[in-house]
Amino acid sequence: MEETRVLAVEDVSKSYGRIDALCGISFWVEKGEIFGLVGPNGAGKTTTIEIIAGLRSPDSGSVSLLGLDPQRDEDRLRHHVGIQQQESELPERIRIREAMQLFSSFYGSTVDWRALLERMGLSDRLDSFFGELSGGQKRRLFISMALLSDPEVILLDELTSGLDPQGRRMLWDLVRDMRDSGKTVLLTTHYMDEAEHLCDRVGIIDRGRLAALGTPAALVAGMPGGTRVTVTPGRSLTNDVLDQLRGIEGVTGARLERDALVVGITSGRVLVDLVGLMSGLGLDLEDFDVERPTLEDVFLSVTGRELRD
Amino acid sequence: MRAARNALRIGRVELLLYFRDHSAFFFTLIFPLMLMLLFGSMWGNSPFEGEAFGFIDFSVSAFMAMVIATSGIMVLTTNIAAYRERGILRRFRASPASPVAVLLGEVIAVFAVTIAGVVLLLLAAIVLWGVRFWGSLPEFLAAFLLCSISLAGLGFIPASLARTARGGLVAANLLYFPMLFLSGAAVPFRMLPPFLKGFAQALPLTHAVRLMQGVWLGGSLLDYPLELAVLVAVMLAGLLVACLFFRWE
Ligand SMILES: Nc1ncnc2c1ncn2[C@@H]1O[C@H](COP(=O)(O)OP(=O)(O)OP(=O)(O)O)[C@@H](O)[C@H]1O
Ligand SMILES: [Mg+2]
Repeated sequence: MEETRVLAVEDVSKSYGRIDALCGISFWVEKGEIFGLVGPNGAGKTTTIEIIAGLRSPDSGSVSLLGLDPQRDEDRLRHHVGIQQQESELPERIRIREAMQLFSSFYGSTVDWRALLERMGLSDRLDSFFGELSGGQKRRLFISMALLSDPEVILLDELTSGLDPQGRRMLWDLVRDMRDSGKTVLLTTHYMDEAEHLCDRVGIIDRGRLAALGTPAALVAGMPGGTRVTVTPGRSLTNDVLDQLRGIEGVTGARLERDALVVGITSGRVLVDLVGLMSGLGLDLEDFDVERPTLEDVFLSVTGRELRD
Repeated sequence: MRAARNALRIGRVELLLYFRDHSAFFFTLIFPLMLMLLFGSMWGNSPFEGEAFGFIDFSVSAFMAMVIATSGIMVLTTNIAAYRERGILRRFRASPASPVAVLLGEVIAVFAVTIAGVVLLLLAAIVLWGVRFWGSLPEFLAAFLLCSISLAGLGFIPASLARTARGGLVAANLLYFPMLFLSGAAVPFRMLPPFLKGFAQALPLTHAVRLMQGVWLGGSLLDYPLELAVLVAVMLAGLLVACLFFRWE
């Protein structure tokens, strides 16, 4: 078990002056896993990822990455760990070709950077200045840079922010390919669909603490209330009807929202009884809709709905 | 060893970028040349009374010191402060190029620019005024190197302390312009009013100018113990401040 553990973060805390950015975060990531960190703005995702990369130092706690301490073995780790930072820049007037040549020359052996840019859809921009790239193109360039050394572990801080749907799909494929070739990916994202579809496991960070951790499926399954059924019954309903619906085993609640009937159920199996009763009561099932909870629901229920500073 | 190789690589690219930045290009390569041409056309190079040398013989090394100060203070400081603010240093930090390599790369690029500026001045002075050199070449090169390192060290003080690019630029300007006009680098020292001459003693560039001029006109390095001491002290101060306070972001 132990040797497949690529990253272990143990009880890491960090504050910036009076702001406590991290208050005792612990988790681990296995080899070949895509691990996602999600959380509201200012939750501490970037702080976590940069501490793991050795770019910031924790106040307390420990990090072990590929068996090394990022603080002490920063130099050695640089060759095995690629990082795409949430915010970084290059000089305005460096050409893409020059930037890739320069950064790949820092590594002993590298993958072919032309092929990387090709895959990132940037191969026709080799002679452009960095300052001429669009936001999404810059992000793709920095992701290419993170992959230059063919790293075993890849840290991606907001890999698809500001990317178009094509760019996002392309990166999802890329990340999956990396996992399939045995690499380990730790990423942060604000897109819940991305976390849900791409990540093997997800940690939800809130106010510097890990609020939930697990596979997307397990997190969703643990969501109280479960699946929602909505239907517009086409006639007014009495409380008596609602009580009958509530009486079905597996129904967690039934209420009217304007002229829609909303029924919470624990699993899809309950649908058989529910639909039977509804059609027996003569309800109009034309716009019958079943909504399973998503990671976004979990996220909102764990972190609350109010806006963060 | 790897750091040195990486520093050279970074220096090469930074040099390219320098030539794409027209204002840095103007202030290091063109502006000193313009001043020399201006004063030279006013005063020519016929020998001063009772001296073997004329104005250009006397001043070409002062203009060289101006080039050194411009690259060491203006270019270096503003580059590093801007790179820090924009997050470019962060990107380098996440690569295997060591911090030392990145800073050394900047210094190498700036030094290459200095050499280009100095050669340009020299060529113009030779072609237009047949300027003469009285000193010993190794000693002059040593003085040139010391001044370059010392003023780059001076530039590292605001570069390390400035929190923003704007702050870096302001600090560089505050250091640079008084020194430029009071040290004898851009404006011949004897044109200054006496009360400013006293103040000028406190400026590192004044000592660089005096050392360069002295050695150019045939003096020996050892004739300038005060100047050497000041320049070495400035260099060490810069190094110390950089080690203590340098920030990547
Ligand atoms: N360099 C810094 N100096 C001071 N405070 C900081 C610094 N970096 C982060 N913080 C603070 O620490 C907290 C966590 O920041 P962090 O950047 O880790 O959040 P995040 O989860 O990445 O947010 P986002 O989703 O907006 O990127 C925030 O309150 C932030 O204001
Ligand atoms: Mg962040």
